[in-house]
Amino acid sequence: MPSSPSQLSADHFVADLEETPIRAVDAVDESEKPRSSWTDAWESMRSRPLFWISGVLILLIIAVAIFPGVFNHVSATSANLNNSNGSPRAGHIMGFTYQGQDVYARLIVGARASLTVGILATLICTVIGIIIGALAGYYGGWLDAVVSRIGDIFFSIPTVLGAIVIMTTIPNRTPLTVAVILAIFAWPQVARQMRGAVISAAATDYVMASTALGVSRFRILIRHVVPNAINPVIVIATVSLGTFIVAESTLSFLGIGLPGTTISWGNDISSAQTYLRTAPLPLLWPAVALSITVLSFLMMGDVVRDALDPKARARR
Amino acid sequence: MVWYASRRLLQLIPVFFGATLLIYFMVFALPGDPVAALYGDKQPSPEVIAQVRAQFNLDKPFIVQYLIWIGHLFQGNLGTTFSGIPVIDQLKQAFPITFRLSMLALLFEAVAGILVGLVSGLRRGKIFDNSALVVSLLLISVPTFVIGFLLQYFFGVKWGLFSTTVSAAAPWHELVLPAIVLATVSFAYIVRLTRSSVAETMNADFVRTATAKGLPRRRVIYVHILRNSLVPVVTYLGVDIGSLMVGAIVTEGIFNIQGVGGTVYKAIQLGQGPTVVAFVAIMVIIFMLANLLVDLLYALLDPRIRYAK
Repeated sequence: MPSSPSQLSADHFVADLEETPIRAVDAVDESEKPRSSWTDAWESMRSRPLFWISGVLILLIIAVAIFPGVFNHVSATSANLNNSNGSPRAGHIMGFTYQGQDVYARLIVGARASLTVGILATLICTVIGIIIGALAGYYGGWLDAVVSRIGDIFFSIPTVLGAIVIMTTIPNRTPLTVAVILAIFAWPQVARQMRGAVISAAATDYVMASTALGVSRFRILIRHVVPNAINPVIVIATVSLGTFIVAESTLSFLGIGLPGTTISWGNDISSAQTYLRTAPLPLLWPAVALSITVLSFLMMGDVVRDALDPKARARR
Repeated sequence: MVWYASRRLLQLIPVFFGATLLIYFMVFALPGDPVAALYGDKQPSPEVIAQVRAQFNLDKPFIVQYLIWIGHLFQGNLGTTFSGIPVIDQLKQAFPITFRLSMLALLFEAVAGILVGLVSGLRRGKIFDNSALVVSLLLISVPTFVIGFLLQYFFGVKWGLFSTTVSAAAPWHELVLPAIVLATVSFAYIVRLTRSSVAETMNADFVRTATAKGLPRRRVIYVHILRNSLVPVVTYLGVDIGSLMVGAIVTEGIFNIQGVGGTVYKAIQLGQGPTVVAFVAIMVIIFMLANLLVDLLYALLDPRIRYAK
């Protein structure tokens, strides 16, 4: 049915130019600095008490790990069997281990081993995951197919199980070897996340604009795609730091983590388990320290996720 | 659906061979002679070593060893340990126990986790929600073996509600406490996952429509909100079967359960390569099949997900 001119104008109403102040809408306020997503994230994190609590705890733990001498003056290795499983007293606030060593001193010194494993494993697994995931997602094709299948293979072996199998064959275990072995089985999770994020970031308009401007493919990946795809990986990294520390203590508990000569929370918990029923303190304190450390990183991960994900921020 | 399932099953084949090859490599090809390790300080004559090596095909090139092993695996022959016990006998003894343990744990974490998470998500910001969040964070950050020791100490030793260790037969009721220990971490994750998922679904348009058209609140919650929030939870449950089997190594150690975890751990320490390889391979198969099952369950839970041909 043909429509009359009057109907047409009613369907497509166009206001007079004077009534639509185009200039006012389109004008850009340049008085303020441009806000990056990191500025927004910082603003959001700053206002949360959880961020400050976990942040202070993490800084404290790192300080203990780097400068144990500031927090403790008692030797962590000197043992006096008269003090075997002794109760707390002045100067030894957490009591003694079965070997008569000071629990507090071992707690302070043990922080370094546990934290080193956690940080190293997270760094290695995140870097491997980012590189592999980014290349696979960005270039696609046979590279993606091969890398994804290899990732599936490593993903199909649970991290701690793989570490248990491989760990027994390694004679000299150090925090570095433990970290590398944990990372070997943990990288596919990061790579999968990165691959997905890179694929969606590569399909955006600004990438097409850069391509049109003649920027090289690799440069686009480094300058535009990776920075825009990295947020979910940072969240995984923060949380996995805590889980790596738990994994290290689990391995030490099974007797195949760090060697018994290394002072670590996992080793101390493991050696205290035999006397749990008569002397629970030497087990309890390292367990508490371990839990607080993991808890701090988990809380930090929560805060970071909420800050980096605008959807989560609105939901809160 | 059938097409999708069979394609996924086909994709599992290279992953299966890759994973078993990797495990076999880790156990048999890494430095350290498994036969020499068997004898400790008192090494036997080179002839005896050579004979043991030949018996277990350790004298052949690595890839040949692997092919022989995988060929036997497909014939249902899992090999024998270095001390001559058929691995299949060990498996028959250990597997039912771990199966009961994991099923109890899975049941506990799924039912309790989803229930607590659902109530939390529906009452966001209230006391129940906040305490559930705090408790779940605590459960995640305390290592399983510490929780195990504490529960064993209080429930078993102090109050005598449960027996502290599990007998060789491991009947269901003795496995309740170990199953709770095994399930704690996953329970906490499921609470958090269900909570955020429920909170998100509550804002969906279809929930508003369901409420607006006058459905009873009970129906809105159980049919519309819960069912649509379960997709990430089910994914987690599938992946969790793998971590339950690993967790079983620790839990079975604490409660002295003669299951898969305990057997693998003992075999690793004794250097019984054939047992380790067979058990870990079977764990990996179960893990892969569970993940496949979860992918297929999606369509059942969320009709919006359709598998492309």
